[in-house]
Amino acid sequence: MNYMDEFRDREVVRGLAARIGELAAGRTRPLTFMEVCGTHTMAIYQYGLRSLLPPQVRLISGPGCPVCVTPNGYLDRAVALARLPGTTIATFGDMVRVPGSSSSLMEERARGAEIRVVYSPLDAVALAERQPERRVVFLGVGFETTAPAVAGSILAARERGLANYFVLAAHKTIPIPMEVLSADPELGIDGYLCPAHVSAVIGAGAYRRLAEERRVPCVVTGFEPADVMQGVAMLVRQAVAGESRVEIQYRRVVKPEGNPKAQAVLAEVFTPCDTAWRGIGVIPRSGLAIREEYASFDAEKAIPVEVETPREHPGCRCGEILRGKVSPFDCPLFATVCTPESPVGACMVSSEGTCAAAYKYGR
Amino acid sequence: MCLGVPMRVVGIDGANIVAEIDGVRRAASLMILDEEVREGDYVIVHAGFAIARLDEAEAEETLRLMREAFSEADMG
Repeated sequence: MNYMDEFRDREVVRGLAARIGELAAGRTRPLTFMEVCGTHTMAIYQYGLRSLLPPQVRLISGPGCPVCVTPNGYLDRAVALARLPGTTIATFGDMVRVPGSSSSLMEERARGAEIRVVYSPLDAVALAERQPERRVVFLGVGFETTAPAVAGSILAARERGLANYFVLAAHKTIPIPMEVLSADPELGIDGYLCPAHVSAVIGAGAYRRLAEERRVPCVVTGFEPADVMQGVAMLVRQAVAGESRVEIQYRRVVKPEGNPKAQAVLAEVFTPCDTAWRGIGVIPRSGLAIREEYASFDAEKAIPVEVETPREHPGCRCGEILRGKVSPFDCPLFATVCTPESPVGACMVSSEGTCAAAYKYGR
Repeated sequence: MCLGVPMRVVGIDGANIVAEIDGVRRAASLMILDEEVREGDYVIVHAGFAIARLDEAEAEETLRLMREAFSEADMG
């Protein structure tokens, strides 16, 4: 057993699809479920799960790709920092090709900037330690799964007495945006497939208000195809029974209370702040800012730089796609002007962007 | 980005582990993990940090429930 292949078993996936069909039989109004995690988006496209669902069950993708929901202004600041002498930008690979207002990190690299792709923020700390004459700025983008790791890198840098490690932080937290979207009558969300590894950190309890007060069924669901199908079956069962509870499908990893140690590390370094989401706008307390005590590691505060006025591509429908309002196929740029080789919007760049998933598997 | 795969712990060295998947080995920090891990355990590794230990009994139970749903649907 390796805890992946067993959850990709075709027979099991088909069996669960039949079960969903039975549970939804007789429904006249379709049920709409949203996933808010890019890894779910990818799994749903990669395994063609939509085609296995009955017509009464509709899956839509929400703002689950952290690179995609980060507005251009952030990338513009990263580009401006990359142009400073003696500065190395360290980042997860996804960010390198994301177009900002007028440039991207890839273009800056071609012009001579030092852009390093790392697997872990700790690799960026090690880089800073090896290059004391340069400053290393790590691009801290991601949800609650990634934020504790980035917080951990700041603690590690402090422990090693590094004064040349910085984080440009744009971390986001998902439960409040889920509440915002659930209140949108146009979307009519009947349930959420709650993210797997975000929930490993924050715990399934984080969705209780959504389920109990907003009456939206929530199922914390794993990333493998059988997990997704079982999560959908659990949502259908709740919706048909008129229930709205938080359930955990991904019990092998997620606990109601989450991971208290990761939460503590996150809270040590970060504090909630208002932040802008591409396509949605500013959502109060849905972002994470570096606390004042750690301001010397905060690239935004510690490294002053002039940033261009951000602008978004006029034809790109990323924003509406991130809100689940339209599908990539509704965008006039999709697969014509905007392709993975030459992306216009972030949703086409990131490997877990809805447009990238639709381009790779959905056509 | 929140991808994290179950990796088997093959070595523990204080605050770090070495974990393996499909013959590929990677070091991971235990800094943000709140559970004890032993060699042979599976952990979810994300961006160089172990974020959760995989509960093998729960995994078996989930598989059992999935197969149960399958056989019910099959008979129905």
